[in-house]
Amino acid sequence: MSYFGDIGKGIKTLLSGMKVTGKYFLNARKEIITQQYPENRDTLEMFERFRGEVVMPHDENNEHRCTGCQACEIACPNGSIEIVWDRKVDEETGKKKKYIVNHIYHLSMCTMCNLCIVACPTDAIKMAKKFENAVFDRTALTKVLNKPGSKLMDGVEE
Amino acid sequence: MKTEELIINPQGKTEEYFINMGPQHPATHGVLRLLLTLDGEIVRKVDADLGYIHRSIEKMTEFDTYRQIVHLTDRMDYLSAHMNNEAVCLAVEKGLQIEVSDRVKVIRTIMTELTRLSSHQLWWGVIGMDTGALTTFMYAFRDREMINDIFEETCGARLTMNYFVPGGLMWDIHPNFQKRVKDFIKHFKTKLPEYDTLLSDNVIFRKRTEGIGILSKEDAISFGVTGPGARASGVRCDLRKKHPYSAYDRVEFKEILGTKGDTFERYRVRILEMWESMHIIEQLIDNIPEGEILEKTKAVIKLPKGEFYQRVETARGEFGANIISDGKKSPYRMKFRSPGFSNLSVIDHLAKGWKVADLVAIMATFDFVIPDIDR
Ligand code: SF4
Ligand code: SF4
Repeated sequence: MSYFGDIGKGIKTLLSGMKVTGKYFLNARKEIITQQYPENRDTLEMFERFRGEVVMPHDENNEHRCTGCQACEIACPNGSIEIVWDRKVDEETGKKKKYIVNHIYHLSMCTMCNLCIVACPTDAIKMAKKFENAVFDRTALTKVLNKPGSKLMDGVEE
Repeated sequence: MKTEELIINPQGKTEEYFINMGPQHPATHGVLRLLLTLDGEIVRKVDADLGYIHRSIEKMTEFDTYRQIVHLTDRMDYLSAHMNNEAVCLAVEKGLQIEVSDRVKVIRTIMTELTRLSSHQLWWGVIGMDTGALTTFMYAFRDREMINDIFEETCGARLTMNYFVPGGLMWDIHPNFQKRVKDFIKHFKTKLPEYDTLLSDNVIFRKRTEGIGILSKEDAISFGVTGPGARASGVRCDLRKKHPYSAYDRVEFKEILGTKGDTFERYRVRILEMWESMHIIEQLIDNIPEGEILEKTKAVIKLPKGEFYQRVETARGEFGANIISDGKKSPYRMKFRSPGFSNLSVIDHLAKGWKVADLVAIMATFDFVIPDIDR
């Protein structure tokens, strides 16, 4: 008898499981959580703190806030940031001042740990929401963050 | 000798042979290689061969500052990233002798419990797959998505958050955080009973797990098994109860203990732990105290000479971070005690005499994360 009892019990548990799946099958439109990713690109909005890549914002005069202090380079755990800097004479004070030549960022090595952003004393860099970072050539992942011809914003001190 | 003689010996017994399970095998959940000695379908011996995802994180810590070390631990047990971060942060804070504010403690506790939930959800989806039920995976990921969204909004990443830093948190919580967590708890309370209907009560799943791979209390202790795997055998090893850290001393929750120690008991312990995690979050989410988010520390953290150890309870068991400092900005040596490594050592003992399919079920209940074993 227990043989048939087992079969009956088995069918009962299977049906109760199928009741759950059946409920979702019939109400499939109500609880959609899947995002149709490549199609929804225009409306897709990432969360504001999402860490996609490091960028350096520039204002409309092509000025950035980076003084070349190298704090981000030191904070980075894996050498994703290289700062190329130089000194030039400040016309007003006549003192030699550090300035940035190239802020080189290796996206291919970056682990998006956010330590460089926290370390920057002048908030010159931030995390962008862009996440579609695939390229055909690896060298395209090495970027220079300061735009050509850009210079330091007035009033930003180290 | 003829081929038949090689395979079947005169007594009609089958000969033992060995096969590789992994390193590229979906049931090992990563690049774990198991050398199985089989007799027919019966497992005679399991040897684990490690090293396929070894990244020498322990060595790397010797060249990194204490702030940088935290983000490496994300990449060990990536499903318990917050707990791993917390272990290192607490160890460093011990060395610096600073006490984080109550706000930080409560937020850390909520975050780690959310991580435990999301880890157990993923595990539930995967154990279904390992025992032949694909549906569970979809259902688990539906609910896990909400936790991932919470993490993404507050921490900025879904898996490797690096949100806890020595001395506090990277940022304050997002304004939406409390509402989202409450929504999730409300949602998941209606969904968790479905998990039972779908899988726990399923007759096929019961037959696959009940009475399989029984781990006795003594063996659990002598093999160093921790986490839900040991608690299913009745070992009281929940560090949140025994050595409370962060805000665990101010919440009330049960330590889930099993008696039988078989595969189903380990499954049941994890399901019940999800209820407890929700219970913990519910107690804390409405009364997050005000306070400093980040204690003041020097720009370059230097620990005094000595040894600092902190252990935490991850979703898999006891995780320990041991720092040996010689007073410089990097540790002299750092050792991580990962739960997966000790839990793996018991597999050979448990799987002996069971079929290969049972081995997969036993492994699934220990919920291995291979980067955690290998580091
Ligand atoms: S996010 Fe982390 S890994 Fe990436 S550049 Fe900044 S510090 Fe380096
Ligand atoms: S980005 Fe910030 S931290 Fe890095 S060099 Fe420029 S100012 Fe310094």
